[in-house]
This record gives sequence, structure tokens and C-alpha cells, in this order.
Amino acid sequence: MKRRDFIRFAAVAPVAAWCLPSLAAASRRLLILVELKGGNDGFNTVVPFADPAYARLRPRLALPRESLLEISETAGLHPSLEKLLPLWNDGGLAIVQGVGYPAPNLSHFRSIEIWDTASRSDEYLDEGWLTRFFAKRPSPPGYAADGVVVGSADLGPLAGTGARTIALANPEQFLRSARLAKSEAGASSNPSLAHILRVEHDILLSAERLKPGSDLGTSFPAGPFGAAIRTAVQLAANPEGVSVIRVTLNGFDTHANQLGTHAGLLRQLGEGLAALREGLLEVGRWNDALVATYAEFGRRPRENESRGTDHGTAAAHFVMGGPVKGGWYGAAPRLDSLDASGNPAFTVDFRSLYSTLLEGAWSVETRSLLGGQFDKLGFVQA
Amino acid sequence: MHHLIARLARIVFFAGASLAGSCLSAWAEPLGEADARHLLARTGFGATPAEVADFARLDRRVAVERILAGARTQATLAPPSFVEEPFFPYYKVRALSAQERMAYQRRNVEEGLQLREWWFREMLTTASPLTERMTLFWHGHFATSQQKVRSSLLVYRQNALLRSHALGNFGSLLRAVSKDPAMLVYLDSAGSRREAPNENFAREVMELFTLGEGHYAEKDIKEAARAFTGWSLDRDTGEFRYRPFFHDGGMKTIFGRSGRFDGDDVLALLLERPEAATFITRKLWKEFVSPNPDEREVQRLAAVFREARLEVTPLIRAILLADAFWSPSNRGTIVKSPVELVVGTLRTFEISPTTLRPAVAGAALLGQNVMSPPNVKGWPGGDAWINSATLLGRKQFLDRLFRGSDAMAAIPMQAMTAQGGATAEATPEARFRHMMERGMATYSFDWDRWARAFPGEAGRAARVQGVVLAIAPVDPSAALLDGPALVRALTADPAYQLK
Repeated sequence: MKRRDFIRFAAVAPVAAWCLPSLAAASRRLLILVELKGGNDGFNTVVPFADPAYARLRPRLALPRESLLEISETAGLHPSLEKLLPLWNDGGLAIVQGVGYPAPNLSHFRSIEIWDTASRSDEYLDEGWLTRFFAKRPSPPGYAADGVVVGSADLGPLAGTGARTIALANPEQFLRSARLAKSEAGASSNPSLAHILRVEHDILLSAERLKPGSDLGTSFPAGPFGAAIRTAVQLAANPEGVSVIRVTLNGFDTHANQLGTHAGLLRQLGEGLAALREGLLEVGRWNDALVATYAEFGRRPRENESRGTDHGTAAAHFVMGGPVKGGWYGAAPRLDSLDASGNPAFTVDFRSLYSTLLEGAWSVETRSLLGGQFDKLGFVQA
Repeated sequence: MHHLIARLARIVFFAGASLAGSCLSAWAEPLGEADARHLLARTGFGATPAEVADFARLDRRVAVERILAGARTQATLAPPSFVEEPFFPYYKVRALSAQERMAYQRRNVEEGLQLREWWFREMLTTASPLTERMTLFWHGHFATSQQKVRSSLLVYRQNALLRSHALGNFGSLLRAVSKDPAMLVYLDSAGSRREAPNENFAREVMELFTLGEGHYAEKDIKEAARAFTGWSLDRDTGEFRYRPFFHDGGMKTIFGRSGRFDGDDVLALLLERPEAATFITRKLWKEFVSPNPDEREVQRLAAVFREARLEVTPLIRAILLADAFWSPSNRGTIVKSPVELVVGTLRTFEISPTTLRPAVAGAALLGQNVMSPPNVKGWPGGDAWINSATLLGRKQFLDRLFRGSDAMAAIPMQAMTAQGGATAEATPEARFRHMMERGMATYSFDWDRWARAFPGEAGRAARVQGVVLAIAPVDPSAALLDGPALVRALTADPAYQLK
């Protein structure tokens, strides 16, 4: 099949599916997760300028108050996040403070595993928290996949076998090459071969149903993160496409010379999220989208000798989207009582964040999925 | 009877292995093509039909010894010429104008590409693929990335260091790599001072380099970080320099032992822990044997490793002589890494292109950009190499490679390049794609030359399949084909992704 034919074929498939009566009501809310890989410095993202401990712990890294985007009497946003200010002022941006978990692990890999599997700190689970969700509640029939991971090889919360997950860099490229997947789902007693056959099968299935992105009026920031955001919007344009999209912004492991690097990262984040909002508005998905950031941990309040910060615990995260009720959630971590590693205690369990997202997006009971009952944060409007 | 005893004695002497009766014959018999292919694929990057035929005549022990005896400590090929130039100090970079800095960065990127190309060429042409496989293994283990190290010279020096210890002593390798400038920069040791020690290296040396999670406490990390203070760089030469003024000379307690430890003392404490040998052995099992370590065998092999005072060669020998290595149930169970797929395919099919840049870009697109691992943990490997994006990328790479010999295919390939250019060179991904697509037009597979190793048409498909695939194809209809179409079908089969 020539490429042109293939895309035409792919574009037609959802139309055919649309004729099925069961699908009219089968669209569901879209969850978009933005991973801040490496552990974002929450204290220089949502800055507690009024706390004297902040400047005391960070003689060289504290951001001057006059540079901040003040959003309360005690806190301001990093100046690079100015693109988020209009949304905050309109009441559409939720800031969840102090997100973390008990007995924190300061290893990147273990900590992101805890976040990705929604496990306890001393518990080892094999499947991502969204994989567990999709194993019980698959996406409606006709959906191209449960989740799409954009621009990253690791599947994070979608890892494991219970979900139909597609990883891709951009949809056109994906559809162009999907013709190379041939084999029908086969089984094998060789686990690696079985894995390959399963992936091949998922490719075939989703290629039939993924619409290649339309031309968008929104302008996206340059660079890999901007490209991933563009892809997320292209995928979101199809209301029966996918349930979850995960994008990643790399580079937050700022052990040395943090100020410049972090300013650049947050600029990418702010511009990326603003473009995501604009793109979702353009394709008509903003009103049913929930967008949330997450990371394996925050960074330590006290700066280190290399003008950077070491691995920390609790940090602030952003949530936005049509259904989101903006404002403050959780409480800022206390800088006057730090643990043995020099880190503050969390105030919001990350599973509360997940629980609120799951219930807000898909009205599901989360107790069994998350291994316990966690307080809802209330940032999703009923 | 006498003969049998002599044979038994030889097995005990050379293998120190189990005396499972079923294996007796396997030791002294010639390997045959399937075993030869297995050994070469697992210890190198693919294998040509001639290499397979050559090893097929040897018995296991001789074959393994030949592979180990060929190991090198230096590359065969001369490195790119920039490595002869002096180190360009970081403080001088900071003093450059914006324009000069751009030029400097461009040069660094170009040098990085030359470096990768040089290494790929070494992997492709070396007489000791095991040396390069182990260098690549240690690169993934002691991962550092050019993106953060920002000096292609330091990256080159580390590559040479890893090769020189690749099959040597693990303790010496750990000590050398811990003071290696690229590592000092990558894990922020260079600026760590006693007033506020940087914990990055102290954590990773325990978690990722020696013990694995769960075999140390946060306090051990904090104390070790103090001990490592003072390990720094000479800012002008880029070489290791100890700065006593930065060092914390106070008492530390690590693993319950106290002393005025310095960095070398901490490494010695780590190397003493029995978990270190087990941790490395388990990782090498996954590299050479199967994705699922047999814990009893891992313990046995780790004991061999400890007994050999952490010499790597005896451990590799023991792994390659283990029954599990040869077991049919472990054939074709490991997913090829992108470098193995790309270099191994070129090597197997005797494709020796003038430029390896498209191959470098290809492996990067598939998830393995050497000298630039995703993070300090290196590449996760195994099934994680395969997802919908990378599997399609792999198939695309192979499709182009084996269609390149087909004049008809040149047109759609160019058309795709033009379309790919539309989204601009905004991302590294797009740049690599462009580099790969443009360059691969020059790659061609010569079936007529390659197939001379398989004289006669009768049964040729089966013999070609035996060299190309580790296990039976998913789609057996390839056996009905011949010529380039046969190669296309075999390399397109899911089984080709496995080694």
C-alpha cells in the first residue's frame, strides 16, 4: 500500500466506526500527564518568598521577590512561568502544594517507580497505575489505544501489559511506518517474542483508528517539548482517539548551576502548557481535558555547594483544563522542620492527586486501584 | 572407560562446571552452525556466514577460549584527530562571546558524531567484538552523557578507559572510572566540597555501580559523599586532581565501620561487600544468557567472580561455559539492543559503508544514542527496547537497508525524506531521521557476493535462516523464497529482533 492510500485508509476508519450506534456516547474525558523528568525544584517554581527560611537556605539560589509573579501574599511563580499567569487569573489553574509520599526514596529510579505504579514506598508493583486502571476499565470500543506516550521510550504509568499503549514521536510518522507491522497477534512461550508480537498487534489495531493530525492554527514552541505538545494536540483532536497522553520534559536533575537551567526548563514548561491549552481549545477538547504535571520528587530546600539542589521530597504541581477549578490545594511544605536528609514532610499524598484525577476524568472508584482511600482534592468541578 | 575418565577430568579442569551427563558429548564435539551462531551473536555483533562456519568446527571450550584470547585493551582503529588537541577548559567556554560559543557547541556536536562513527566502525570491523560489547556494557553501566560532560575529548578518554578495563579487573575499573573526569563532571563530584558535599556520585556508586538498591542506607550515602569531597578536576588540563582543601577529613561511619575515610576507602568498602559481585554477575547474566536470571546460578557465578578477585574474564568464561548459556530454552530470548541490531546487521550481511553516520543516527532513533544514555542508569534494555515507536523504527531501518539494493525502492525513500523535512529540524529526533534517511541511500547489500558462502540452491533458504535467525521465524513462509527477498523476509520477521 502506498503511503497516501494508507493515510486515506486510516482517516476513513474512524468515520466507519462512528456509524456504530454504541459510539455516540462513548467518548470520555482526556487525561494529559506532563512528566518533569529528573525531579523539579518546587521551591523555585512556586516560591514561598514570605518564609524567611527560603532565603536563608538558598543564599545564591533564592529568587528575588521583585522578580516573581506574585500570586498570593506569601507565594509567587518563577518569572519563566509568565505564560501561565492569565490562566491563573481566570481561575483555571490549580496549584497543588507539597505533593509527596511517606518514607520518601531519593533515588530517581525507585522514586519514579513509586509514582508510576502508585505503590507504597516499601512496596514493589509491576504495573503502572494507569495500566491497572485500563485493565479494569478499557477505553470505549473504537478508541485507537488507551494511552499514547509521546517522545519517550519508557512508558511510566502505562507500563505493563493491561493497557493498550502506543509510544510515538509524531502521528504522521507513526502512520507512515505502521504498514511494516504485519503479523497478526500470535502467542509465544518465549516472553520477549510474545512482547514483540503484542506490540506489533497494538500497532496494527491503533493504526486503523488513529487519525493523522489536522493542520493546526496554534503555534507551538520550538524544541522537543513543543513538538511533543503539538503531537498531544493532534492526538486529542480525535475525540475517540485515546484516553491518556503522557508527554515528558527532560532535564530537571539540577545538581549544579541550577538557576539558568531551571529558568530555561520552566520557560519551556510554561510556554508548552500555554500552547497545549490553546491547541486543546482550538480542537474543541479543552472542556473535557485534565492536564497535570508530576515528577519523581522535588528538590532539597537547602542549596548545595555547586549552586544546585540535591534530591528532595515534596513539590508543587499544576493541574489545568476545562473542568478544573483553579486556586490553591494542599499546603506548602514547612521549611522550619526538615528531616534527616534536609527535606520537608509532604502535605498531600501523590495518590490523592491521582485519585482526584481518576475520579475527575472518569468517575471511578479508586480505592482498590490505589491501594487505599485517599482524600480528594476538589480541583475538578462536579 | 579410560577415555571417558580423561574426558571427565578435562571438563572438571576447564569448566569447573556441573557434570550433567547429558552435556558430556557437547563439550568435545564441534559446535555446529547453530551453537557457533549463538556464541558469536551473544558475544559480538552478529556474525558473517564465514565466521559461523569457522567456529562451527571448534568445541565449546576452544571456541570460548578463542573469543576470550582475542580480547584487546585498545581500539584497532585510530581515533578521530581531535583527541590529539588539548582540552578546552570550561572557564574559557564561559568567557566566549555568544557567537563563539555557538561555534564551539557546533564543533562539539560534530566531534561527538565523529566519535560515535569511529566507535561504530570499530564494532563493525574489530577482530574482537567481545571487547566492544563489554566496552558498550560498561558504558551503559557507568553511564555518562556528552550532553552534560560537554567535552568530546573527555567522552573519548572515558571510552578508551572503559575499553582498557573492559575484560580486566572490576575493582580497578571502578576506581579508575570514579576518578574519570567525564564521571566527575557527570555526577557533579568535581565541585563537591566539605561544607556541603554533593551526594549524586555517592548515591549512584552504591545504587547503580556496585550494590543495587536495598543494600545501603541513606546515612551511608551521606557519609560517603563526605569521603568523596576533594576529588576534582584540573581546570586547565581536564584531568583528575585531588584538592585537599575541599576534602572533609573527619570521621565517617559507613556500613557500620568508622574511620577518616577518603574516596578510595569507600570504594574499597563497596568492593568488599559480597553484594557487589552478585550485582555485576546478575547484570552480565542478562547481557549474555537470558532476561531472567537463575538465582542459584547467579550465586554460583558470583562466587567464581569473588574467587577471581573480581577479574572479569574468569567470570565471563564461567558464564559462557555454563549449561544455561547453551540451553536451547535460552536461545532467542534477549532483545537485540539498537546498536546490536544496526551494527550486527551490517556485520552479518557484510555491508561496509563508507560512512557510518546513518547507522549512528539509526541506532539513536531506535533508542540508543551512544555517548548519550538517557540517564545515569544507562539504557534499561531487554523488552524495554521494544515499543510501538521503536519496533516500527527497527522495521523501517531494515526495510530500507534491504530495499537499498533494489533500484526500484530509491524513489519512495526520497519521497519520504522530503515529507519528513516538513516538520523542520526542530528536534534531535528529526535531525537524526534526516541524517539516517539521507545517508542510507548509500548502503547496499550485495546478495550475490554474500550468498557465495551458501553454494548450491538446494536447502539454501534453511542455511541462510540458520545464520540470520536465533530461533524459528514467526512466519515460516520465508523458506519458500530465495535471493534478496529471502533476506528481506527473514529480517522483517519478529524473530530477527532477538538474539
